[in-house]
Parts: sequence; structure tokens; C-alpha cells
Amino acid sequence: MSIIQKTASEQLALLNSGELTSVELTQAYLNQIEQIDGQVGAFLRVETESALAQAAAIDQKRATGAPLGKLAGLPVAIKDILCTKDTPTTCGSRMLENFEPPYNATVVEKLLAADAVILGRTNMDEFAMGSSTENSAYQTTQNPWDTTRIPGGSSGGAAACVSADMAPLSVGTDTGGSIRQPAALCGCVGLKPTYGRVSRYGLIAFASSLDQIGPLARTVEDTALLLEVLAGHDPLDSTSVNQPTPAYSETVNQPLENLTLGVVDRHFGEGIDPEIEAAVQAAIQVYESLGATIKHIEMPHADYGIATYYIIAPCEASSNLARYDGAHYGYRTDQAEVVAELAEDGSDEGPLVRMYRKSRSEGFGEEVQRRIMLGTYALSEGYYDAFYLKALKVRRLIRQDYDAAFEQVDMIIGPVTANPAFAQGEKTSDPMAMYLEDLYTVTANLAGIAGISLPCGFTSGGLPVGLQLQAAPFQEEKLLRAAQMYQAATDFHTRRPELS
Amino acid sequence: MSLTRQDVEKVALLARLKFDEDALDKMTDHMVQIIQYVDKLSELDTEDVQPMAHALDIHNALADDEPRPSLPREEALKNAPKRDDECFRVPAVLGE
Repeated sequence: MSIIQKTASEQLALLNSGELTSVELTQAYLNQIEQIDGQVGAFLRVETESALAQAAAIDQKRATGAPLGKLAGLPVAIKDILCTKDTPTTCGSRMLENFEPPYNATVVEKLLAADAVILGRTNMDEFAMGSSTENSAYQTTQNPWDTTRIPGGSSGGAAACVSADMAPLSVGTDTGGSIRQPAALCGCVGLKPTYGRVSRYGLIAFASSLDQIGPLARTVEDTALLLEVLAGHDPLDSTSVNQPTPAYSETVNQPLENLTLGVVDRHFGEGIDPEIEAAVQAAIQVYESLGATIKHIEMPHADYGIATYYIIAPCEASSNLARYDGAHYGYRTDQAEVVAELAEDGSDEGPLVRMYRKSRSEGFGEEVQRRIMLGTYALSEGYYDAFYLKALKVRRLIRQDYDAAFEQVDMIIGPVTANPAFAQGEKTSDPMAMYLEDLYTVTANLAGIAGISLPCGFTSGGLPVGLQLQAAPFQEEKLLRAAQMYQAATDFHTRRPELS
Repeated sequence: MSLTRQDVEKVALLARLKFDEDALDKMTDHMVQIIQYVDKLSELDTEDVQPMAHALDIHNALADDEPRPSLPREEALKNAPKRDDECFRVPAVLGE
């Protein structure tokens, strides 16, 4: 078995015992990226030189016996939405093509403090808006299991690079399913933490009350290890919660006794691919065989999740993205063209407003503009109560459904997606069909709870199927332990896509 | 709730976006579809429900009132598309 096929936890043990150096490990991943990423397109930029320099510095630190961080020498891929000082951070958008942030996101600081090696930046839907990574302004990413299909999104690059052994650990973000859905479609593990568990400082904002940063990896243990580094209170993010971070990696292998799992019957039947349903039902049986009790529960407002989300998220986005004005940072249109248009059409729209409109229309892609338009409309005079306020009320009802459920069960078990990875281009002209991709995932963001996706099978066509577990706020420790129980009893996470 | 092409044009100005004729047609079509879908929420009676803007019950997380250095001007201006030594430069705002 080659070194890149080992788990991050195994690699860390080899690094600590001196059988492996971080330079060797980093080089092995760089070689894999060189060989494979032409077919996958997971990375927007590979930072070869700085990665090898970081790796060499960590090897040296280890050799001197200095205290080491929790990820010492392990390569990590970062979604291109996390600000990194003086390093391009594009958010998958032309708007930020030349943007080099003046500071580091807190999670970037945490990764550096943990002695991780930053391998490069992964592809994503522009401003994290999408479910297929086809909205990136730069490139598409292919699903490593079938390169004619999408990897999911918006963290498509983050999931694809882990599944194709181009990085052992990867950091993504999840606003409506953007970690869990690509993890499911690419056959890896992805965790969306509770809102407030991980600092959002330096995360380029899409929908601030829904966005959350989280880990992707091939195994539950590795996911626990990375979450332990990412989580924690941060005074720079006023929505970061001041709670101690449990030692997830130390408890992940302890099975839970008397585990009660809730099943929502409406998650199955009409609308779900029968092979996905069968794989998820089989996973539920695995839990039963491990001693878990299964209870059928109701989530009466779950069907309203997508409608609620597609009001709240665009409203927040239209406000957050107002900052891209062509003046402070980001793309600005050609001034000569603005002047020429002004002379030509003689309308009373002044040069500044013209500059804003032209810069934003040229710098943002179609989906981002659609969401800004929806949000602006829903927040505009006369519509606020009917849309935004109404959605905030339904959001409360969805949260209440979860609160009631978690009084009866420890976790909710079900599918991540209704269908396996779809073909490139299949849904690009139908926004509503794309939005419905997030049916099973958005409610966790609206309620602010934690969720994890883990591999639970394959379709007859060889595409991965994901299993979702959702837990009450700040129950990531139990969530990981429950996920590990399943992983220890199955081998879906050990299978690899065939790329050469 | 109906949404016309003229409404979309008005929203585009509010959003500081601009569409050509074809893009405006397409945007109108898509927005109509999406708004029809989200209108599903009107099925629910929410008369007595408190709106939930946020998942957390934290209010007024205040930092200590201690002066700290701000981002240096040069750093703040570094990414500006157009600037001089001290300011962001924009097209004339007031009439000539």
C-alpha cells in the first residue's frame, strides 16, 4: 500500500516514529496531484514550493524535539474561500481573481499553529453558491468515481481531492449542504459542525447565519482529528461560542451504548433513488445489529426547508455581497467604457452607479447574480414581511422540529442526497432542480445543528452513496463516535476510485 | 405573486447589477419559477411564531474596550482597483 493510501492518523504515527518525513509525504501527494488532477480538476492552485518548505521546517522541528502541533507534517487542502494573508483567495469568482487578503482566517492560523502543511486551494462554486462546482469561474471539477459526473458542491474540490488521494485532509464550508453533499457524492467523510463551533473570521461570507467551516477526510478518525484543530472559541467572531473543544480524536473509537436513532419516514419513498434508499436502509440495519434502537419520528416542516433556505440565504447574500463595489477590492470594469456609455446614452445614471453596475455584472457569474437579485427582491419594500419575515418564522418551526426530535432520539439517521452524482451540465439550466439537491441537508443549517456524511455503499453503476447523521447542537463528539461505530463495521470507506 | 420584467429591471438597479435584454428575460423566468416555489411557505400559519434570525441565543458579544492597532492604510489600499497614496479612487460622484 502506498503512503498516500494510508489514513492521516496512520501517517501521523509514521511521522512521529521517524519512519516517514513530512517532505516525503508532501512530495507523495504533490506527485499524485501532478498525475491525477488533470482529470479531476480539484485544485485551483497547488502551492508546491511553500508546501515543501513548510514540510521541511516541520521535519526539522520534529528532529530537534520541539513541541509539535496536532497535525505536525500532515498536508491539508483548503477551499479557496478562506482568507490567507498575501496569497490569492478567489472564492471561485472573477470578482476576486487578484485578491490577496491582508490577514489570515482564524482556521488558517489554527492549521499553521497545528503544524499542518498547506498543499493548495481547492475549487468551489463561486461564493459557495451551488451544488455541483460547475459555478466556479475557473474550471469544473470531475467526480473521481466517474469523470463525466459532477463532484457535488460547493466544496467539490475539497471532496474530490480527498477521495482521489490528493490530500489526506481537507477544509470545506457548508451553508446548505456544501460539505456533506460533495462528501456523499465523492465517497468520503464530511462534517458540518454546529453553528458557532468553528470561527468564521476570514471566511468569505455567503450567508452569515448559515455558513460553517468543517473537515473532510476519508475516515471518521481523521475527520475527528481535523475538527479538533479547527474548532474553538475566537474573540474575532462574535458568533463563535465559548465552549471547550472536546478531544474528539481521543474518544472517537469509543462506541455509544443505548444509542437511539430517529428515522424520518418521509425521507424515503417518492423522489429518492431506490439504490440510495436501499443503501441507507441497510446502514440503519447495521446500527440495529450494533445495538442501536430505531425510532420513527416526524419532522413536520422538513418539506419547507428548501423554500425557507432559498429566501434566507439569498437575502443574506445580497447584503454580504454588496461590499463588492469595484472600489475597495476586487474587480472593476474598464473606466473608458463607462465614460463612453455615458456620452452615448444620455440617461441620468451617473458614472459611479454605472461603474458599480458594470463591475458587478462583469465580475459575478450567473448564479451569484441570481441570488443577489432574489435577496434584493425579497428584502425590498413591500415584500419583506411576505418573504424574509415569513421564512424566519418557518426557520423557527424547523428548529422546533429538531428540538422535539432530540428529546426522543440521540441522532437522526437518513440519506444525504436523493440521487447519486449527476452528469456535468445536467442541471445547469434549471436552477430549481439544482436547489432541490440540498433537500436533506439545508434544514441542519437553518436550525444550526451538526451533521455528518459518511460512505454507506455504491450504486450498481459504481457511484458512492452517503449516510447522514444529525445531532443536537454541540454534540459533535457523540456524532463522531456514532459514525465511527458504523465505519468500524463496514468497509465502504476503504474503496478507491480507479484513476490513472 | 407575479413578477414582471419591469420589476426585475428595478430590482437590478437596487442590486447594482445590469442585464442585457436576453439576460433580463432569462433572469425574469428563473426568478418567477423560484418565487413560485418559495411561495409554498404561505401554506403555513405562522401567526404566533417568533422569527428566528439566528441559530444561537448569543446577544451583544462585546469585546473589551481596549484600543488596538487598525489595519495599516497601505494594507487596506493594497487590493484597490484604483487608488492614490491615501484614498480609494472612484468616478466623480457629484456633477462637474
